[in-house]
Amino acid sequence: MNAFLTSIGYMRWILPVLLALPLLGATAIWILSATHDDADGSAAGDEVVSGRAATPRMVALLTFALEFVLSLGLWFAFDPAFHGWQATFDRAWMPVWGIRFTLGLDGIAMMMVLLTTFIMLLSAASSWTSIRTKASSYYALLLVLTTGMLGVFMSLDLFVFYTFWEVMLVPMYFIIGIWGGERRIYASLKFFIYTMIGSLLMLAGIVWLGIAARSAVTGVPNFSYDAIMGSVQLTPHASLWLFGAFFLAFAVKVPMFPFHTWLPDAHVEAPTAGSVVLASIMLKLGTFGFIRLAVPLFPTAAMNPTVRGIILGLAVIGIVYGALVSLVQPDFKKLVAYSSVSHLGFVMLGIFAMTVQSVQGALMVMINHGISTGALFLLIGMIYERRHTRLIEAYGGLARVMPLFAVMLTLTAFSSIGVPGTNGFIGEFLVLIGSFRTYPVLALIATTSVIIAAAYLLWAVQRIIFNPLDKAENEHVPDLNRRELLILAPLMACIIWLGVYPAPVLRRMQVSAEQFVELVQARSATNVMVVPHKGAR
Amino acid sequence: MLLQHAAAAGTHPLSGTIAEWVWLLPLLPLLGFVINGLASLLSASHLGPDDPSLAHGPHGADGHAPHDGADAHGAHGDDHHPVVRHRYATLASIVGPAVLALSFALALAIFLAMRGAGEMASPFVQTYFSWMPVGDLQVDAAFQLDQLSMVMVLIITGVGTLIHIFSVGYMQDDPGYPRYFAYLNLFVFFMLLLVLGANYPLLFIGWEGVGLCSYLLIGFWFSEKANADAGKKAFIVNRIGDFGFLIAMFLLFANLGTLSFTGVQAGAASLGFGGVLVTTICLFLFLGCTGKSAQIPLYVWLPDAMAGPTPVSALIHAATMVTAGVYLIARSNFLFSLAPVASLVVVLIGALTALFAASIGLKQWDIKKVLAYSTVSQLGYMFVGVGSGAYVAGIFHLMTHAFFKALLFLGSGSVIFAMHRAYHHTHNHDDAQDMRNMGGLARYMKVTWVLMWIATLAISGVPFFSGFFSKDEILGGVFLRARESTLAEAHLFGIPGSYILYLCYVIGLAAAFMTAVYMTRMMIYTFHGPNRTGDREREHLAEAPWVMTGPLVVLGILSAVGGWFNLPKLIPFGPLGGLEHWLEPVVGESTLRVTNGVLPEASHGLELALVVAAVAIGLLGIFYAYSQLKPDRLVPKREAPGEEGFARVLNNKWYVDEAYDKAIVQPVVSTSRGLLWRGVDTGLIDGVMVTGSQKLAQVVGWAGSQLQSGQVGTYAWVLVIGVLAVIGAFTLR
Repeated sequence: MNAFLTSIGYMRWILPVLLALPLLGATAIWILSATHDDADGSAAGDEVVSGRAATPRMVALLTFALEFVLSLGLWFAFDPAFHGWQATFDRAWMPVWGIRFTLGLDGIAMMMVLLTTFIMLLSAASSWTSIRTKASSYYALLLVLTTGMLGVFMSLDLFVFYTFWEVMLVPMYFIIGIWGGERRIYASLKFFIYTMIGSLLMLAGIVWLGIAARSAVTGVPNFSYDAIMGSVQLTPHASLWLFGAFFLAFAVKVPMFPFHTWLPDAHVEAPTAGSVVLASIMLKLGTFGFIRLAVPLFPTAAMNPTVRGIILGLAVIGIVYGALVSLVQPDFKKLVAYSSVSHLGFVMLGIFAMTVQSVQGALMVMINHGISTGALFLLIGMIYERRHTRLIEAYGGLARVMPLFAVMLTLTAFSSIGVPGTNGFIGEFLVLIGSFRTYPVLALIATTSVIIAAAYLLWAVQRIIFNPLDKAENEHVPDLNRRELLILAPLMACIIWLGVYPAPVLRRMQVSAEQFVELVQARSATNVMVVPHKGAR
Repeated sequence: MLLQHAAAAGTHPLSGTIAEWVWLLPLLPLLGFVINGLASLLSASHLGPDDPSLAHGPHGADGHAPHDGADAHGAHGDDHHPVVRHRYATLASIVGPAVLALSFALALAIFLAMRGAGEMASPFVQTYFSWMPVGDLQVDAAFQLDQLSMVMVLIITGVGTLIHIFSVGYMQDDPGYPRYFAYLNLFVFFMLLLVLGANYPLLFIGWEGVGLCSYLLIGFWFSEKANADAGKKAFIVNRIGDFGFLIAMFLLFANLGTLSFTGVQAGAASLGFGGVLVTTICLFLFLGCTGKSAQIPLYVWLPDAMAGPTPVSALIHAATMVTAGVYLIARSNFLFSLAPVASLVVVLIGALTALFAASIGLKQWDIKKVLAYSTVSQLGYMFVGVGSGAYVAGIFHLMTHAFFKALLFLGSGSVIFAMHRAYHHTHNHDDAQDMRNMGGLARYMKVTWVLMWIATLAISGVPFFSGFFSKDEILGGVFLRARESTLAEAHLFGIPGSYILYLCYVIGLAAAFMTAVYMTRMMIYTFHGPNRTGDREREHLAEAPWVMTGPLVVLGILSAVGGWFNLPKLIPFGPLGGLEHWLEPVVGESTLRVTNGVLPEASHGLELALVVAAVAIGLLGIFYAYSQLKPDRLVPKREAPGEEGFARVLNNKWYVDEAYDKAIVQPVVSTSRGLLWRGVDTGLIDGVMVTGSQKLAQVVGWAGSQLQSGQVGTYAWVLVIGVLAVIGAFTLR
């Protein structure tokens, strides 16, 4: 495999290709739909799934499938032992401002890229019959969104990072706003304003850094990640302010308590694929931002006892608070949304506890949450398509009529609860055992959420698939169809695989996680720049 | 240290023997799970239409047919539907028990190899792959075979095989037949993982895995809300215990840097004798045990767990899973023997649970509820054993209890089966598990009657039945350790340990008395006196088929002679202290540490006195119940008056469930709803933006009108093209 990949120069072209392919797909949809009169749906009216809507969804699905297959090579071609960026791509972009189109991956970003291409393929497939209006716009936006998210994970230039960061915001705004539920306008705007306010400050911070890293000779700014890491000297004061700017952008995205209230609304109103993408990938962009930028760039600020204490405190509050609020949600989507607040709290706890175990655990939670919560939203979407309600109390006894659905929901729920043997356990266990070394009391409080998590999910599961089948409208609900099974099966396989044999994934992220911990500890302890370059391959 | 160990493993007496096949032990039941699970799913799957939203109203030809998942009542079946056997019933009947039988045969072969290998000082460890390798945390997927895990494996697969066979008869008409065997096989897989895992996290997979299967099996007839409730309750209460288990692991790793049994054992001494740390670790571990093994304060899930099929109660909620806590303490003997205060807590909780649960058992009418509280009570005895450092006694009682309690549960299953069939014939909807509807069943089911009496005598501690030896050893053990042990020297809440141990001995005797009373009461009400089932129903009462009574007979023999596995010195024949000798390499050192280096020896007279006291109190209980109870005055449940006075408190289980609900569940839920969700989330956080919210509303209104005007598609395209243009322009330059 590796020899083959080398022979085709895979690592030299894969990243730009992964970014370009979805845009090509979107263009193809545009061209194809332009041959019809009301391609973008501007003439309103429901575009019933017909030949016209079938084309965009097929183009999108094929694009996502190709994208996923292409990205899979990364798994094999990536060298887990190499200390530095891999699959790098570097071209001048806007030389006047010192902006270069620099891409590259470490182990963490590599796994996130794979997660993205995987989840996007499933999301597109899940929209097959549920998106009936303006299908061509919908799939085009989904494709552009993919480029945006992948770009964030791949960027090694801060300006490019910011560009992609904003690029992905807009399609999601439209996806919620157009194809969402009843309160979609409110939800999409709340989502937009929250994330926009957060990221504007980050832009200021990035510009500041780029100028600070400018060339002494020409005065041209430099936005290169490695250059800024290597050359920018910050006073503790400046470090704190800049960290604050980045913190706000990422904390909203994660979302950390108390910046989370946009999430339940966005999740509830978004169409299924929107919720899946939001939960599985977009939230991870926030935590990824902490790992890639906020913490390594400003270690003295991030590791400042007060700052660190506040963030850890908020993380643990989020863990317990999210779980408790989940307990009382009547709407299943909202329940899962609040459970995301809890799970992402684990990621933050893991990152800021700053041990190898806790950081690896945080990364595993990021992946696992993408899989399990993605699966939960897909499952909700499937019954929503049948019954058009998300209220838990509208169901009951579904296991009698939908046994396959019941099996999938049960397995996913146990994964989300973190039962050992499933993926969910690995992440939570590593975060907690790692955090316990540095913050035993916080880890102990966080551990209580394993009890609450069991309570809220099993209670919901019981009210949906168990109990008497006592509502007439549930008696003839059809079980999952072949397409839905095909969407869920790979997720179920991942739940078991990552629970039983996570070592290959852990191994691929090991070097990056260790480097992260060592670098942050060394820099925050000495307050001097060390280990400047990761180098490149 | 590591190198030594590796070298030792290479030359381990078991390497090259059949013990190399230890991995197959759990894999066989897992295979059974896969086959039965597929059979269950295949028969259930009627794939939906390609477009799910198009399917409304009665759909397809199978709209009428509840599939596999539809077994609302199963053996407690719905009278109005003709019973149809599941189409994969034969497959499941063969695969389900066969994988267990094969596993048991392999276990026996390995056991013989172990005996043949002679003295085995260190465990036989097999490492398969690295499970969680993260920095200095290295958790392997590895099995550890030693004398203790061997005993557990034999009990699990042996008793498990019998219960699987019994299930073939008991569950024969259930629509969820393959699903039942799938769950049961999966349970055995996790249980074997639990006892074979070579480190705490691996044990924890089994630990939560059995809990998961328990959840699925308690709620097996999930269409009844009560059953689904019970399953959920079991899982959540167990999770409270698992919280403790997790914290204990975190503490171990933070302080010893390893989680493998051999590693922790090697490093345990560095924690110091009686230190705060080791005590804390042990107490957190014990919190885990109170969940899984149903001790105060977390025992409340087990009686509700009786909602599952009765063979499940026998296997999971009596013989195997609930003893996992006892196993955990015996496995962690190297920690508990360093923590006398924690050990005292274990003994005290065990004794109190034994008494408390027995008291509730006195006034239950549901035959399975009696046995459930009896199980809680007997588990308490086991904790008195392993807590007081009498590890062998605890494991011995675990073994004999597996025999007689499995027999009692399966026997009650046989009774319920007969009662249910009788009611089924006459379309009667009375309670088939209430003893007030039974009576005089001895005439109709002689085999079950005789065998259940054997088990009753065994649990009551009547001489020469299995329970006599094991219970006696526990009570004798705690008495001797009250005189001389590290526990006796320690203090709990300022009270000398020896006082506490003497107290626990007395409590143990009192509980033994109650045990004899409630068991005799159960036997009398069920099998003796006049029959209260109903005149028409009586004609249909009959003994169960041989596939069910066969396993009962085997368990009956084991219940009668199980004491042979570890005869005390008082008995002048047979293999003395067989189990004690067998387990010596695992727990010997810790046992000696607890008793300050001397083997607890009682003078002949004292030992005889202890035995006489235990026997006397058991017999007294039986005769007391026999003389006081008036089965001929009982009326069927329908006509029975409510309980009065103290009996009512006992009948209502001391109102503990109600108290938990009021004190914990309701406050948590109402705080989450009122204060956190409505208060903090929507009130405070979203409300903070109150000033902004006016503006927001305007913006929303404006944007909304834009979106709804249908122009949004245009915006979307502008965005796509814009992005393409920008990227293209700069990259192509």
